[in-house]
Amino acid sequence: MRTLYKISLLVLALLFVAGTVGCAPKPAADVVTIHVLTMDQAGLKPAEIDQIAREFEAKNPDIKVNMEYLGYDFIHDKITTGMAANPPAYDAVMIDVIWPDEFIKAGYLLDVTDRITPEMKSGMFPASWNGVTRNGKVYGMPWLMDVKYFMYNKDMLQKAGITDPPKTWEELVDQAKIIKDKGIVEFPIIWSWNQKEGVVCDYAVLLYGNGGSFVDANGKPAFNNDKGVEVLTWMKQTLDDGLTNPSSISSDENMVRDNFIAGESAFAVNWLFQYSDSNDASKSTIVGQAAFAPMPVYQAGADAGVKGSSVDGSSSFAIMATTPYPDQTWKFLSYLTSNEVQTRYSAEMLPVWQADFEGEALKQLEGATPNNPVTVPAFLAQFPYANERPTVPYYNEASAALQLAIQEALTGVKPPQQALDDAAAKWIELAGK
Amino acid sequence: MQQQDARTAWLLLAPSLVILLGVTLWPVISTFILSFFHAPTGINQVRTFVGFGNYLEMLRDRTFWETIGRTLYFTVVSVGLELILGLAIAQLIHSRPWGWQFLRFSLIIPWAVPTIVNGAMWRWIYSADFGALNGLLMQLGLIKHYIPWLAQPNMAMNLVIVADIWHTMPFVALVLQAALATLPGDLEEAAAVDGANAWQRFWQIRIPLLKPAILVALIVRTVDAFRVFDIVYILTSGGPAYKTMTITYLTYLNSFAFGKQGTGAALSFLISAFTITMALVYIRIFYRPEETQ
Repeated sequence: MRTLYKISLLVLALLFVAGTVGCAPKPAADVVTIHVLTMDQAGLKPAEIDQIAREFEAKNPDIKVNMEYLGYDFIHDKITTGMAANPPAYDAVMIDVIWPDEFIKAGYLLDVTDRITPEMKSGMFPASWNGVTRNGKVYGMPWLMDVKYFMYNKDMLQKAGITDPPKTWEELVDQAKIIKDKGIVEFPIIWSWNQKEGVVCDYAVLLYGNGGSFVDANGKPAFNNDKGVEVLTWMKQTLDDGLTNPSSISSDENMVRDNFIAGESAFAVNWLFQYSDSNDASKSTIVGQAAFAPMPVYQAGADAGVKGSSVDGSSSFAIMATTPYPDQTWKFLSYLTSNEVQTRYSAEMLPVWQADFEGEALKQLEGATPNNPVTVPAFLAQFPYANERPTVPYYNEASAALQLAIQEALTGVKPPQQALDDAAAKWIELAGK
Repeated sequence: MQQQDARTAWLLLAPSLVILLGVTLWPVISTFILSFFHAPTGINQVRTFVGFGNYLEMLRDRTFWETIGRTLYFTVVSVGLELILGLAIAQLIHSRPWGWQFLRFSLIIPWAVPTIVNGAMWRWIYSADFGALNGLLMQLGLIKHYIPWLAQPNMAMNLVIVADIWHTMPFVALVLQAALATLPGDLEEAAAVDGANAWQRFWQIRIPLLKPAILVALIVRTVDAFRVFDIVYILTSGGPAYKTMTITYLTYLNSFAFGKQGTGAALSFLISAFTITMALVYIRIFYRPEETQ
C-alpha cells in the first residue's frame, strides 16, 4: 500500500513536470502560423500592417500571420535574442539598412536570391536593394525607402517675414536668429541628437553636406578631418547660440516629431513619418503648416559641388535562416511589398517600386492619398542625395563610439577635434579585430 | 525508516530540482564558461578560447572603471538617501500620527509600479518641452525657461537617482517600519526614566536594535542598485555622453548591441564579484554574532 502511494506520488510529480514543459498548444496541422517582427515608428502604422496581414490571410487560408511591433530602438536586440531559439522566435523581421552585414555574418538571414523575380529586381528602385544585397546575394525584400527630410513651419517663416526656406545651413542660422529675435519660438531648430543612432544620421546629413564622409577611399575614418570637425563645431555653436533646442541632446526622432507638431520649433530634420503626424489634427497643433524643402548644405559644400545631402534610412524584410516556413514567409513578404499593396497604403510610406514614380503611374500615386502630392515630390527631390553609413559587421559598436564623441562635444566634455579623434581611434581598433 | 522517507522525499523532489537547476545553476555555469571565450553572436559562430582575456580587456579599459565609478556613485547616493528617507518615514508611521494607515498604504504604490512604467513616467516628468517638473518650477517662478533636464551632463545621473529613490525607497521604509513594530518598548521606557532624551534613545537603543533590519535593507538595495538597468534604459540610454552609463547597461550593450557575448559574460561575473564584496563588507560592519545571541 505504501509502495503504491509512493508510486502514485512519483507519477503525479512527473505529470506535473510534463505538464509544465509540454503545455504549448499545437496548431491545426494544415494551418501554418508565421511570426513577423517589424517597427512601430516610421513607415506604416501597426493597424495598417495588421489590415494587410488580414487581407493576405483571407487570400491564403493555410497561412496565419502573427505580427509583432516594437519601437525601432528595440528591434535589433529582439532579433538577436529571437535567433537564440530554434526554431527562431520570428520567421521574418524588419532590418535596418545598417544591420545586414552583422546579421549575414551571424548567419541569421536566408539567401533569397533565387526567389527574386526579374519583375521585382527591375521594378524596384536600384538603391532599395542596397540594404539587402551583399556580394551579389540578396537577403531580403526592400520595404521602406526613407531618408531624412528637412521640414519647416511655413506659418512661422511667414510671420518672421522670411519668403523662402534656407538653402544652406548658414542661411538656416540667419533665419533661426530672426525667428528667435521676433519671439516666435524660443528655440527654432530641433534635432534627434540623443545617444542613439539618430545623432549619427543627423551628423551624416551635415557631414556629407559639407563635402565630408565617414571613411576615405581606403576605408579609414575620415569624419575627424577638418570637414567633420567643422560640422561638429557648428552643431555645438547652434546650441550655444540658443538656436538649436537644448533638449535635442536627449531627443530621439519621436521627440523631435512631438516638438515640431506642438508648434515648438520652426525647423526639424526627421524621417517622413513626421509629415503625416503634423497634419493629424488629433495630435498636431500645426495642421497644414508643415512643409518640405531640400535638405540644406553648407556653403563650402555647395561651392565644392555638393548639390544635396541626406542619409539612407531604408529598411527591408528578411527571412530568418532557420525558419521552418521559408515558403509561406516569402509568400507573405511578396504580398506585403507588392506594388498594389504599397500604392494603396502610400499615405505613410511611399512605394519602393520605381515604376510608380514615372508617367501616368506617378499621377496616380500622387492622387492616392491626401499626403502624396507633397511627399512624392519631396521624396523625388531628396532621395538621390541619400548617403549610406558604413557597411561593416561591427557597425553598432562603431556607431556607439561616434554617438559618444558627438555627445561629448555637444555637452562640452571634450573639444570636437579630440572627441572625433577618439572615435576614429576606436573605429581603427574595431577594424583591426 | 527516516532514511527511507528522506529518499522518497528526494525522489519526489528530483523532477522539480532538475528543472530548477536547469534554469538557475546551468545558465550560471554556461555563462561562466562563456566568459573565457571570444564568442560573437550568431548561428554556428566559432568560439575562441581566450582564457582571462575578456576579464583583462575590461579591467584595462578606462570606460569600464569610469562606469564602475558612476555605478558606485549611483549606488551610494541612492541607497544612502533611501535609508535616511526610509527611516524617517518608518519613524513617522511608527509614531501613529493621524492618517498613518493611509500613509503606509500609499507607500506601496510607487513600489508596486513596474520599473519600466516608472521610467516612462519620469521621462515625461523630466521632458524638456512638456514635462511636469518644468511646468511646476515655472509656475513657482523658480525658472524662466524650460530646462532640458536629461541633456545636462552633470545633472542627468542625479535625476535618474531621484526617479529610482521614488520607486524603491518605500521598500526600505516598509522593512524598517515592520522591524520598528517588533521592538520591545520597555528598553526605551527604562532609558527615559533614567533621563535619556529622545535623541539618545534613538541612537543608542533604537538604531542598534534595528541593525539586523537595516542590514537586510542595505544588502538587498545595494545589490539591486549596483545592478540598475531598466530605469537607465528608459530614461537616458546611458547618455548624455555616457554620463548615466552604468555597469549593467554596458554589459547589455556588449552582449546584445555589439554581439560580444564573451565580454558580456565576463562583465556579468565582474558585477557579481563587486556585489558579493559589498555584501560581505556590510555583513562585516553590521553583523556581530554576540549581538544576536
